[in-house]
Amino acid sequence: MRKYKEKIMQVVFLCAALVSIAAVLLICLFLFVNGIPAMAKIGVFDFLLGTKWAPNNEPASYGIWPMILGSIYITVGAVVLGVPIGIMTAICLSRFCPRRLYKIIKPAIDLLAGIPSVVYGFFGMVVLVPFIRNTFGGSGYGILTASVLLAIMILPTIVSVSESAINAVSDSYYEGALALGSTKERSVFRTVVPAAKSGILAGVVLGIGRAIGETMAVILVAGNSTVIPNSILSGVRTLTTNIVLEMGYATDLHREALIATGVVLFVLILIINLLFAVIKNKGAKS
Amino acid sequence: MAVKEKTAVNAENIQAINTVTFKQKMLQYKNHPSSLVLLILVILCAVITVGALLFLIAYILVQGIPNLTPELFSLEYNSENASLMPALLNTVLITAISLVIAVPLGIFAAIYLVEYAKRGNKLVSMVRMTAETLSGIPSIVYGLFGMLFFVTTLGWGNSLIAGSCTLAIMILPLIMRTTEEALNTVPDSFREGSFGLGAGKLRTVFRVILPTAVPGILSGVILAIGRIVGESAALIYTAGTIAQYPKDIFSSTRTLSVHMYLCTNEGLHTSQAYGTAVVLLVLVVIINALSSFAAKKLTKKMG
Repeated sequence: MRKYKEKIMQVVFLCAALVSIAAVLLICLFLFVNGIPAMAKIGVFDFLLGTKWAPNNEPASYGIWPMILGSIYITVGAVVLGVPIGIMTAICLSRFCPRRLYKIIKPAIDLLAGIPSVVYGFFGMVVLVPFIRNTFGGSGYGILTASVLLAIMILPTIVSVSESAINAVSDSYYEGALALGSTKERSVFRTVVPAAKSGILAGVVLGIGRAIGETMAVILVAGNSTVIPNSILSGVRTLTTNIVLEMGYATDLHREALIATGVVLFVLILIINLLFAVIKNKGAKS
Repeated sequence: MAVKEKTAVNAENIQAINTVTFKQKMLQYKNHPSSLVLLILVILCAVITVGALLFLIAYILVQGIPNLTPELFSLEYNSENASLMPALLNTVLITAISLVIAVPLGIFAAIYLVEYAKRGNKLVSMVRMTAETLSGIPSIVYGLFGMLFFVTTLGWGNSLIAGSCTLAIMILPLIMRTTEEALNTVPDSFREGSFGLGAGKLRTVFRVILPTAVPGILSGVILAIGRIVGESAALIYTAGTIAQYPKDIFSSTRTLSVHMYLCTNEGLHTSQAYGTAVVLLVLVVIINALSSFAAKKLTKKMG
């Protein structure tokens, strides 16, 4: 009897472990089956590189190039703003911060990761948008605003991954540099940080993934126009927001085109994840 | 130049003969101005990070608390008051259902990975890989998948259960990973002791290992609750947006985050959006505090 119970439970545990594999397969299957035909119908190049998204026109055109560009611009902006600050903060937490202060800052950064993206978006809409409008002109809804907001949102990811990478560096590096007479800052920046390079890079890649996938915060501050942006203040639509904005009323090919947009996003994220895994493995080996 | 610096070796145990006085430090910076610049930059960046958080929280609280009117909490929703009560109840329901689905699955999967699978098993690395993939997928893609699978293919329509299932898949990797970490911290002597007393594997897992790992698992579960409460993109097209109390698990509902998005997006209910933001923020703060409390308990226990 006991033997049976053991065996049965082992199978149950195994099945539970297989659920995540099944989930990934199902997600791939459903997205691709529903998205690829639309892509074929529109034409892969017309779809990916078409510059005009006008599903209500006659004939309708479904080009998501503006959205791809929008996602890239916003993500690059967020990385440019967020990564240096994030890495510096991680260095500060790991090597410069007094113990007592650390106990306050660390939970604060965890909290930053826990705040819902709608709240970020709302904050961006009522604070950042007017600020950008008054400082730089324009409507305030655009690439710059979205980038600043996303930079704040990816900070906790970058900080926590980089911090653990920096903490993992053997102290002997740091001590050796100190013993050779360099200042504390020099020791940290010239020996510890380079040694933690791959871990930090993994954090950055993770942050990029988060920025590309972000939806609700971007929707509220990016302006959502479907034209190719011509300045960092002009409104922009990303792959993610395109789906949320139009899925509610889309039918037929339009709906399928939106699912295909999701497929493009999904593939992008898969590539980024793969990159992350490769970097992490490389770091673990060295 | 003779530079004396405090080393990172457990300085408390050694009588400090190599501490640097403030004056020495200043002298050092005078000789190496770039170091001073770096120090200032590092501190500045940390201040920016924490400042952004504090500003966000302070702003939402200051602007939002006056908007916490009784109407916002009135029991019935109408377009006049945009009450958040139905949304609040729905959030609790969706959280509960998602957890009921995802927590046992996640814990069982982690048990398999840690306790049963042999080292170097191909399957294990595949499960890990897919779990990592799942945790990287953006919520809108989950939303799309949920819409295609649960809502359309299974014919559940925009419903509580479709939303919950979508979220369950979303939080599964989180619960799996935290449980795995918690199980890994349980010392092997516990297992050996239990086996030595004649307990079977199953008994060991449920009576000895899981109870020891509970705080760690709990902290993961609480983090998952935080994600569910904050989720909106995955829910709009799976759970729907109707602001009523659900009749059964197949009724369409909106959660707090979706409620807030709709209030903000329509532009008619900005003050209600402020109020909802405060409620969300308070919830998230409580959830985070609970989670880190549970995690601390685990580390203390393991000493």
